[in-house]
Amino acid sequence: MPLYGDGNKDSKGYTYINKFFPRVDAKDKVTGRAKYAADLTLPNMLLGGALFSPYPHAQVTSVNTEKARSIPGVRAVLTFQDLREEVSWGYYTFMSSRLRYQGDVSAIVAAEDGESLAKGLAAIEIEYQELPAVFTVAEALAAGAPLVHEGNEECAGNIWAHSRYRARKGDAEAAFAQCDRLIERVYETLPVEHAYMETEAAVAAPDPTAGLMTVYTGAVNPYFTRRWVADALGVPRAKIRIVQQTVGGSFGGKEELLGLTASRAALLAQATDCPVKMVMSREQSIIASTKRHPFLLKYKVGVNNDGRLQAFQAELIENVGAFHMHEFMNFRASVHAAGVYNIPNVKVDVFGVFTNTVTAGAMRGYSSPQLIFGSEQLYEEVAGELGMDYVAFKRLNMLRPGDENACGQKMESDIILPEILDQVFAATDFERKRAAYREQQDVRRKGVGMAMFYRGCGLGAESPDASAGFVCVHDDGSVMINSGLVENGQGLKTSFTQIVAETLSIPPETIHFIGVDTHTIPDSGITAASRSTVMGAQSVKLAAEELRDYLLATAAMMFHAEPSQVELREGMFRLTGVPDAVIPFQTVCNVHHWTGQQAGVMRWFKPAPLSYDMAAGQGKAFPTYSYGCVVAEVEVDTLTGEVTVERVTCGHDLGTVINHKIVEGQIYGGVLMGQGFALMEGLAVKDGLIRHKNFDTYMIATALDLPEIRVMLFESDDDAGTYGAKSIGEPATEGVAAAIISAVKNATGLTIRQIPINKVSLLTLLNRRSQAAATEDSLAGATEDSPAGAKENPQGAATENPKAGATENPKDKEGGEA
Amino acid sequence: MILRLLLNGKPVTTTIRPEQTLLSVLRENLGYTGAKEGCGVGECGACTVILGQRAVKSCTVLAAQCEGASVRTVEGLAQDDRLHPLQQAFIDHNAVQCGFCTGGFLLTAVALLERDPHPSRREIQEAISGNLCRCTGYVQIIDAIAACAAGEGSGEGQ
Ligand code: FES
Ligand code: FES
Repeated sequence: MPLYGDGNKDSKGYTYINKFFPRVDAKDKVTGRAKYAADLTLPNMLLGGALFSPYPHAQVTSVNTEKARSIPGVRAVLTFQDLREEVSWGYYTFMSSRLRYQGDVSAIVAAEDGESLAKGLAAIEIEYQELPAVFTVAEALAAGAPLVHEGNEECAGNIWAHSRYRARKGDAEAAFAQCDRLIERVYETLPVEHAYMETEAAVAAPDPTAGLMTVYTGAVNPYFTRRWVADALGVPRAKIRIVQQTVGGSFGGKEELLGLTASRAALLAQATDCPVKMVMSREQSIIASTKRHPFLLKYKVGVNNDGRLQAFQAELIENVGAFHMHEFMNFRASVHAAGVYNIPNVKVDVFGVFTNTVTAGAMRGYSSPQLIFGSEQLYEEVAGELGMDYVAFKRLNMLRPGDENACGQKMESDIILPEILDQVFAATDFERKRAAYREQQDVRRKGVGMAMFYRGCGLGAESPDASAGFVCVHDDGSVMINSGLVENGQGLKTSFTQIVAETLSIPPETIHFIGVDTHTIPDSGITAASRSTVMGAQSVKLAAEELRDYLLATAAMMFHAEPSQVELREGMFRLTGVPDAVIPFQTVCNVHHWTGQQAGVMRWFKPAPLSYDMAAGQGKAFPTYSYGCVVAEVEVDTLTGEVTVERVTCGHDLGTVINHKIVEGQIYGGVLMGQGFALMEGLAVKDGLIRHKNFDTYMIATALDLPEIRVMLFESDDDAGTYGAKSIGEPATEGVAAAIISAVKNATGLTIRQIPINKVSLLTLLNRRSQAAATEDSLAGATEDSPAGAKENPQGAATENPKAGATENPKDKEGGEA
Repeated sequence: MILRLLLNGKPVTTTIRPEQTLLSVLRENLGYTGAKEGCGVGECGACTVILGQRAVKSCTVLAAQCEGASVRTVEGLAQDDRLHPLQQAFIDHNAVQCGFCTGGFLLTAVALLERDPHPSRREIQEAISGNLCRCTGYVQIIDAIAACAAGEGSGEGQ
């Protein structure tokens, strides 16, 4: 299928999808009418706040709240002693006497205004005993290390039992013995902040009409939030109502701290019988919210001299911090660890390690940006070892239709990656530039690099990818959609509206999408994994199709004809073959209503089951995959270490483009997020304490950091997703950092094995190399910088390109295990 | 103490504490929640309003110093139901995602175009570089402002 755009806009023949339609929520957002949780005010509303831990690991030895409670304006002070149940999901605690990271809370306060709230929190008399702590993977796994979750069998040895996932294919061990070469490498990534612009906020209001409590908040999964709140209050979920507010960005992160904030507000609301608003400051949000998982990526690859990959082994360890609820991430990681390549023998093991530091959670990509960085750099290094061009090497080993991926899933549908590579390379003049940039000696050096990748669409075998969708029509012809999936800013409401418009063949303007209210529609799971348009919209489409059939029957009755003789097209019912026989949608809806016909349909969608064996790490992991390639062009100032990203070209397989401007918007944002991950955003953590607490020190890209971004959208024929759509939210960001690092290598010759790599770290590497050259150090290829456990600072580590032939031996020092 | 403002062209009066920021007065005293708090330290621009002729970060401005000043917020941009051309351009160019930053960008852009009706793309980038957006990658925001500056009332539509 050709590139989208350039005259191909309507190539698939749709009326309301496959084209731009303005976002349905845009007007409320540009006028300031859209309400986010922190914007709400209810009568008698109090403000809530929390007392966070001053230590990375501590035991509260005494707490006295008397003074705090006597402060005028303070209405409630609760501590861990007041809880019926401390522990919630993923071992997180609502409040606790055992504080396992800086984001843990021991007490909460509700007060009439901000001033008394601050005084109340300050007046809590509390004493701590600091406990020995572990911060890095290496420390956590050392013999006799302090345990983060003492006495919990599931966390024995600081390894989270539920996080162990594997992928297996062939026999990697046996294959290593037969290969021409073995190459080992270790890469590492640092924690990254989501930096959604809205911090976590919730308003909890006692509400007998709803059951017990209504919570207004902006969650990535309101049903998870409901579970947190119900657990905190010790009541059935049916008594808790979550009313979703506008979400000010999530990227996967409005989950754990959001759920805890909602729960703490609800505890205070219950104690005071007043509505309580709790809003995290930016500092609290950064300290206590989850981060992109820092990964330690250890690889061993067996390859023959002809360039054919024979065996791939990986041990991928993430530092999950003090708590964790994302075991499924490692399923995705295990399946994707080897990249989009056909390797006959694969052995992948992934697991998470607890430490007393910032917690990790879902963040756009769900492990893929880290893994794509690691494996794409790895393959460049392997090709270098073989003296082969890395692009030729990658093309040689690339997955093709009919091949099996790392878990043995046969690639059944179209793989348009070769086409994407050809077009993206042509558009960027990639090969010519790459060759031209190799031997630069100037201070400012250009570089071009690439990454290619694939991604399983939806949740796949990790958990049921089921969702509810409800569509109903009113007597005036207006239509309402209700779905359990949420608008995070990604454009879900608009895409779903266009999909229903297409199905009913009515203009999108007549359709209204209501936000999630957990009292109105069953749990539809998390709005994540870029699953919504692909899978989540299926239930809405099914409901619209059934509703259309009911309306066709009514129209047929009005025409005195059979339903099969009636069609619904562009808002009009038409009698086939009779040009003048036309009834507007609205008229039929009116009759439909007054004759008592079914006007609303709820449908459930569950994709065909996948046969995946988690214990074996083999089987059909995802219904389908999307493919992509990113080419990055940079300029490196070798005097300052500064990397300027000049141009990023993204080629993505969209299946069907529902709304190209929304897709482009996702890609532009994804590129800048990926750029941050490559170059600026390593969160500084020192001895478990976060140093970057606000945007004055944690820098994200501004408009001045913006490269030229070229988007190339490819369509393909694949009917697994709604109207053939594939995922884009996460693919948009996942290959960008890898491509930028590849470009930096092209410019400087440096192999970078830890990201983000900032200016200072890159300069250090450049300087070290020039010193080494000056002293003619014969060990120039070796380095003392091999990553050792999750580092506690944002310094990047890199090494020089190993000299050819220096690392043939699998016991290669620099790639060796720390 | 008493504070008087000309808020979106209308005189308002409210009682404030001396340490309150303009952002807190707008949101808490006056119910104008279009200005958001994203950082509270002057780094994100979500709280941007126009004070006199200038776009300012209202979280860093003491309300007490605004006595008698004219303040424009995102709520005041549309006239009745007619959107400001920049608002329309933001819609047409898909410059909005989660929307949390949107009001701040709009006011920064309004102040820019009032000062310099025909900025270059680079000047637009510079003008909005104090406003952070994590969703959009800025491209469509710049497109929208540039289209408006070029006199394209309502963008390109399709
Ligand atoms: S809240 Fe004022 S600049 Fe961020
Ligand atoms: S649209 Fe979400 S921060 Fe800008």
